[in-house]
Amino acid sequence: MSLTNLTAIELGKKIQNKEVSALEAVQAALDSIDSKEEKINSFVTVDKEGAINSAKKVQKLIDTGELKSPVAGVPVAIKDNMCTKDMLTTCSSRILGNFIPMYTAEAIINLEKAGAVILGKTNMDEFAMGSTTETSYYGPTKNPWNINHVPGGSSGGSCAAVAAEECSFALGSDTGGSIRQPCSFCGVTGIKPTYGTVSRYGLIAYGSSLDQIGPIAKDVTDCATVLEIIASYDHKDSTSVKRDKLDFTSALVDDVKGMKIGLPRDYFGEGLDSEVKEAVFNAAKELEKKGAVIEEFDLSLVDYAIPAYYIIACAEASSNLARFDGVKYGYRTSEYNGLHNMYKKSRSEGFGTEVKRRIMLGSFVLSSGYYDAYYIKALKTKALIKGAFDRAFAKYDVILGPAAPTTAPELGKSLSDPLKMYLGDIYTISANLSGLPGITVPCGIDSKGLPIGLQLLGDCFKEKNIIRAAYAFEQTREYKHSPLS
Amino acid sequence: MKQYETVIGLEVHVELATKTKIFCSCSTEFGGEPNSHTCPVCTGMPGSLPVLNKKVVEYAAAVGLATNCKITKNCKFDRKNYFYPDNPQNYQISQLYYPICRNGGIEIETEDGSKKTIGIHEIHMEEDAGKLIHDEWGDNSLVDFNRSGVPLIEIVSEPDMRSADEVISYLDKLRLIIQYLGASDCKLQEGSMRADVNLSVREVGSQEFGTRTEMKNLNSFKAIARAIEAEKERQIDIIESGGKVVQETRRWDDNKEYSYAMRSKEDAQDYRYFPEPDLVPVIISDEWLEEIKAAQPEFRDEKLERYKQEYKIPEYDAQIITGDKHLADLFEATTAICNNPKKVSNWLMVETMRLMKEHGIEPAGLKFSPENLAKLIDLAESKQINSQIAKEVFEKIFNEDIDPEKYVEENGLKTVSDDGALREVVKKVIEANPQPVEDYHNGKKKAMGFLVGQIMKEMQGKADPALANKLLKELL
Amino acid sequence: MANIISDEIIDYVGILAKLELDSEEKEQAKKDMGRMLDYIDKLNELDTQNVEPMSHIFPANNVFREDKVANGDGREYVLANVPERKDDCLIVPKTIVG
Repeated sequence: MSLTNLTAIELGKKIQNKEVSALEAVQAALDSIDSKEEKINSFVTVDKEGAINSAKKVQKLIDTGELKSPVAGVPVAIKDNMCTKDMLTTCSSRILGNFIPMYTAEAIINLEKAGAVILGKTNMDEFAMGSTTETSYYGPTKNPWNINHVPGGSSGGSCAAVAAEECSFALGSDTGGSIRQPCSFCGVTGIKPTYGTVSRYGLIAYGSSLDQIGPIAKDVTDCATVLEIIASYDHKDSTSVKRDKLDFTSALVDDVKGMKIGLPRDYFGEGLDSEVKEAVFNAAKELEKKGAVIEEFDLSLVDYAIPAYYIIACAEASSNLARFDGVKYGYRTSEYNGLHNMYKKSRSEGFGTEVKRRIMLGSFVLSSGYYDAYYIKALKTKALIKGAFDRAFAKYDVILGPAAPTTAPELGKSLSDPLKMYLGDIYTISANLSGLPGITVPCGIDSKGLPIGLQLLGDCFKEKNIIRAAYAFEQTREYKHSPLS
Repeated sequence: MKQYETVIGLEVHVELATKTKIFCSCSTEFGGEPNSHTCPVCTGMPGSLPVLNKKVVEYAAAVGLATNCKITKNCKFDRKNYFYPDNPQNYQISQLYYPICRNGGIEIETEDGSKKTIGIHEIHMEEDAGKLIHDEWGDNSLVDFNRSGVPLIEIVSEPDMRSADEVISYLDKLRLIIQYLGASDCKLQEGSMRADVNLSVREVGSQEFGTRTEMKNLNSFKAIARAIEAEKERQIDIIESGGKVVQETRRWDDNKEYSYAMRSKEDAQDYRYFPEPDLVPVIISDEWLEEIKAAQPEFRDEKLERYKQEYKIPEYDAQIITGDKHLADLFEATTAICNNPKKVSNWLMVETMRLMKEHGIEPAGLKFSPENLAKLIDLAESKQINSQIAKEVFEKIFNEDIDPEKYVEENGLKTVSDDGALREVVKKVIEANPQPVEDYHNGKKKAMGFLVGQIMKEMQGKADPALANKLLKELL
Repeated sequence: MANIISDEIIDYVGILAKLELDSEEKEQAKKDMGRMLDYIDKLNELDTQNVEPMSHIFPANNVFREDKVANGDGREYVLANVPERKDDCLIVPKTIVG
């Protein structure tokens, strides 16, 4: 067994026990990247030198006993929409093709303090807009289970890197399912925390009211541990929530006796692939065997989440992405005639099709005469959806369902029909609209050999419920390494 | 020709006197190298987030209370989206749907001396933009973000004003209130107070409003008055010649005394406001509002009364001194030291005003300390220097804030009241001026004045004039 | 009801969003936006008359900073990535004509 096969926590233990040095761990990851990148393209930037230097520094602190964190010396990959000081941060866009931030995102600072070693920045859908990682300016990432398939998105690079064992764990961001869906497609585990749990400072915004950073790793233990590290109250983020206890690892117990788990019938209807359905039902049965109380119920309003989401996310994005204009950073067109022409050319050349599509839609729904009909309507719908979840969580500790209607589609099959692609987010989007935490864990492999993911949703601030359920389920099966690992 | 009436509403932007910007901990201090007062937040760096400065809310609420507004208990920020290079995020964080203050008004005095209330529609908090420097010859503008994110309140009046005089009177009243609160220094020239004028005309007696235009770039009261006159004329001309006024934003060029439309195909003026997701609502509790109320200073009208009662200074002087917060502060601080309000008032009303006029300085630009003025008053009152010398010393204080005691000592300016020395000079002057002496004896009183003048000249102004007079009479 | 997006709307949104589309992109944008708006119209099935719009999920409020200067000279932040600069200022095409 090689070092890259280990979970982050297993590797971290070996480093603490001096069985392995941080440098060896990092070197193993870099070697893995070297041998696989050509096939899967999960990184935009690999910082070999930086990783080796910080591995050496971290090792010294481990040797002196100053650094005892479970992730000290463990190599991590960061989605390329989080600012890293002195390291290229592109959002997989041409418009930020040369952007080197002067500061580091708060979540990454927390990781660095714990001694995790940053390998580089992972590929994503441009500005996190997409569900396949095909909208990246730097080429698509391939699924490590089958390189003719997409890894999902938008955190496809992070999920593929974990599945291909190019890193021990990764950070992703989730605005409408961008951690949970690619985790499902790549057969790895990821958590989207309650809104406000991880600071957004330094995360390049897509939909500010929906964005959350979260961990992606091989198992629930890794994810809970990393979440415990990156979660913090940050006075630089006004939407950051002061939470009493961030001891997520305390929920890593194999015990779901009496836990009430609801299965929304709305999540198992038309459009759901039968193999996915079966695998998810089987997962529910496993939990039932362990003493959980499983019950089907009607969540309602599921069909309204996608339109509401696209209005809100695109509206916020149209404003958040206005700052990319060729003036302060990033791409500026070479030839232009006056200010507005410079803006238009820089942005039109700098942004890809999907980003432009969403900016256009977002600008339109906010424009004079349409605001009430679209934006306010979406905010009201959001209130109704939140209400539906409140009612559900009055009855259930956890909501269980699929993370995505299908397994990973083939490359090149999704972008031509954007609406169809958007519909693929149907099970993940409501959690962002309602601020809920969600976790995806692998629960099977379909007949094509592609992973299937199980999604567990909890009420706001109840990560421990979903961590406990996910951990209990995880104990019923072996972790399946991808063919590329 | 028909009779027209001008209908004017004002949007007044005031830079608040906070130490830091509205959403980041950068200094708001004027000057500094370009882009030195900046950080990721106020330059729109990707991933940066705003955090609201509490003091901004307190100042805005205080201005709202002082202008009789209702304070919104649950106020929120919105994004105003438009592209411009001085606006680093290409959106401005402002308030549209739930501004902090609403439905207020202040009383002004009109030309004929009657009182009139100008309604305040709302006051909202927002961030200022950066500065654009235009390269006169080249094709470029330069951007400096030092002012980007400086807190502003925008005070939006109702269209209640009917003349330039009313506008000036309203602005003056606002300026005083805000200065007294310490919420801003309100300097029009430096841009810490700026007014956009919304103006329309209609036939006298009409109840309907005409189409209004918005005039920007008005940097002084004079420019405002001129722009109002010109815009009124322009609109009347259009209507008289059968045309229609277009609703638009116009930029005033005070040198050319002309305005031009800022219309452009690229300015859709569709700001796509929506609630700012990066900031949470501000809830102003009754307790907090009480605290803000309790911290309010004495306002102008109260101060005016007190000056007349407590200090017994004339109405006119009290009007002038309380008419500017800086002047009033200076008056009170000096009086507290020398306990001679009448003299302090005199120095401010006469010499200070004269020199301010001469140097083109506003009260906010006064540099001298109350301590030095108080010392000067003591020197003059105890007759250690005479009034002429005192004026000269004051000019030094005004310009350089020198210590008058030291200065008088070092330059030997103390009044000579030594009988012997003065007696010698008087004798000398009598001997040197036989003609005026004869004139004096012939009953020409004027000659006396001339001789005293000569004595003062010999003494380089340091003689005690009363003593000189006495000795002269005696020796003649 | 089908949402027909006109050329004028696409041009207008292009001005708002500062995006310039070529004729092919415009046709595609018209189609995409029309289709998406048709889909969004699904929301009209919901009666939301008595629903308060929810912009923030949590009832958090009053997150403030104290008014204390904590940032020093930030020139390196602003200028490090500027495409075009002159001394310590950013250069943009002239904003005022005449």
